[in-house]
Amino acid sequence: MRSFRGFVIKEFYHIIRDYRSLLILFGMPAVQLILFGYAIRNELTQARFAVVDPSHDVVTTELVNKMSSSHYLLFDGYLKSENDIHEAFKAGKIKEVVVFDRQFAHKLTHDGVADVQLIADATDPNMGRMITGQITGIIQQFQRSRMAGGTPGGIQINPQERMLYNPDLRSVNLFVPGLIAVILMLISALMTSITITREKETGTMEILLASPLRPMQIIIGKVLPYFFLAFLDVVIVLGLALVIFHIPFRGSVALFLGESGLFALTALSLGLLISSVADSQQTAMMMALGGLLLPTILLSGFIFPVTSMPWPLQWLSTIIPARWFLVIVRGIMLKGVGLAIIWKETAILAGMTLVFLFVSIRKFKVRLD
Amino acid sequence: MLPILFVMPLVQLIILVNAATYEIKNIKVFIVDQDQTQVSQQLIGHFEGSNYFTLDGRSAQVDDGKEAIHEGKADMAIVIPRHFQRDLKNTRHAGVQLLINAVDGSAASVSQSYASAIIRGYANQLTKESGAINISAGNIKVDDNNWYNPELKYTIYMVPGLLVVLVSMIGMFLTGMNIAREKEIGTIEQLNITPISRYQFIAGKLSPFWIIGMGELAAGIFIGWLLYSLPIVGHLWLIFAVAAIYLLVVLGMGLLISTVTETQQQAMFIAWFLLVVFILMGGLFTPLESMPLWAQKVTILNPIAQFIQVMRNVLLKGSGPLDISFQFVDLLIMAVVINGLAIMRYRKTHA
Repeated sequence: MRSFRGFVIKEFYHIIRDYRSLLILFGMPAVQLILFGYAIRNELTQARFAVVDPSHDVVTTELVNKMSSSHYLLFDGYLKSENDIHEAFKAGKIKEVVVFDRQFAHKLTHDGVADVQLIADATDPNMGRMITGQITGIIQQFQRSRMAGGTPGGIQINPQERMLYNPDLRSVNLFVPGLIAVILMLISALMTSITITREKETGTMEILLASPLRPMQIIIGKVLPYFFLAFLDVVIVLGLALVIFHIPFRGSVALFLGESGLFALTALSLGLLISSVADSQQTAMMMALGGLLLPTILLSGFIFPVTSMPWPLQWLSTIIPARWFLVIVRGIMLKGVGLAIIWKETAILAGMTLVFLFVSIRKFKVRLD
Repeated sequence: MLPILFVMPLVQLIILVNAATYEIKNIKVFIVDQDQTQVSQQLIGHFEGSNYFTLDGRSAQVDDGKEAIHEGKADMAIVIPRHFQRDLKNTRHAGVQLLINAVDGSAASVSQSYASAIIRGYANQLTKESGAINISAGNIKVDDNNWYNPELKYTIYMVPGLLVVLVSMIGMFLTGMNIAREKEIGTIEQLNITPISRYQFIAGKLSPFWIIGMGELAAGIFIGWLLYSLPIVGHLWLIFAVAAIYLLVVLGMGLLISTVTETQQQAMFIAWFLLVVFILMGGLFTPLESMPLWAQKVTILNPIAQFIQVMRNVLLKGSGPLDISFQFVDLLIMAVVINGLAIMRYRKTHA
């Protein structure tokens, strides 16, 4: 046991001595959370649209005014004709063009119907859909207000919606808790993935193996210091999320910290697993970063909802630890759920951790002889 | 190492492209029917018939609906109040409550608009059946068109973007670790005593990775075209011309990191940090336009953001050299500055 304690202390010194890496380990998550917390949004804001208006009458001008005054849209100017639309889209600034019919107001009052065409640059399908929806809504509202005098005897069912947990639909509330999961995952896996490979590469592994420490002790001794670092990162990042972004925290802090500790352990042991498989630092890091970065961001539900994915990917996403932790973080922070509701996710993370640790220890043993 | 270089990125491209979609499907709905009449049943039937919704549980208590949302079993609860049918008959007017889990705000607003459309459609149907005149005069007919991507497929939007990220990731990590590795192992000394100049040294370090990057880009575009019918509207030479400059930026950045760090670990951390910032603030997953203005301005320093725009605009819309001249000049300046710095920072004397 004394030799084990000595080993852990040595590992701590190793980490603290490299102050540049230490600075990165603490500075990076904080900077990332702040940057991304501000920058990652998917609301529609100030989308530029242009107008082709051959009729230029009272009605079209009023409609354009209504659209311009929406804070989701930004009026970019008039185009001369429909032939200019392609050029405008190709330059990339304008996302939607509204094309009014000739003699719009005249047709509206005399024929009872007038056409307006909405042309979206749908390269980004989501953006295109949102802008078209926004403009359609403005036109419909305008129409309703014009008809307000003589309401026909139609039947009306009014849906009244209540947005639970996030009434202002702020995307920060979704993304910042998600960021905690993603940052923690990547930092932790990265930290441990190189520890063992470095010993292999520099040749100091033989010395460790010759010591009276058992493989289990070596592995735990390697993980322990990083676990403290990761946990400190959690506290820093959570503090920033609450202070800077005013993310609601409705659940229990103790539960949150416990779950974060568990998740840090999952990520650290995944890093260990990688380092016991890879034979050079370079390979280990390529696996930890190249292999984990995109799957963690894309398959965890951090940005794109898992339920919208095709089923093979939904199935694949179940092996991504961050997916389960995201449910836990969002649940605790935004919904205030307790362990009774997230026990399944917790159990899955615990199971994954055990499997990763078990496999790394087994792999490690093989290396002994 | 070789499978990691070639297979991992391309496999990721093929698989992950399908994950990136904002399309909302399979919204789980909990029904709270307090009216239990023919009309309320019909309304529920309309939700059942929709592709967007799946009914998941039903009760007469509002609290059961809230509970289902709390536990994550439902995304939305529809509350049809008592006397719904009676009110519609007598006053031609009734309300329905939608309780929506808004943790994901944008998904919530999409679900809400789908639900409202169904409810409005049902009301119109009732109106027609009751024989009232639908709409009097002055109807504005809205006709919407989705150019470049009429089926609103997310995959063709994501292929060019993800490909840029994968190519950059490989390039930056490899070059980032390269010199740091030589320092760590000590072989940098051997390189330092050879007669090659600093320029030759940097150029020699860059060129293999540059070739790998170009090859990977070509393979990725081919796979996108083959598997996801990625449209190639513009000129391919334009893509590769810009890519040639772009790769110099990314690889140069990796080398610069490599010259200022002592160990592979430090180099990796910094490369990773920059890469994640570039990706998440580069308009790949969330639109650039949604970012606050300062963040949009900063993209001028973000090579990934610039190249993703070029890829998407040229491949999907057929933008020409003039349309992308800003991005091209921006990348060119970055390439010159960064590689210049890398050459300056690399000194043979103190390794």
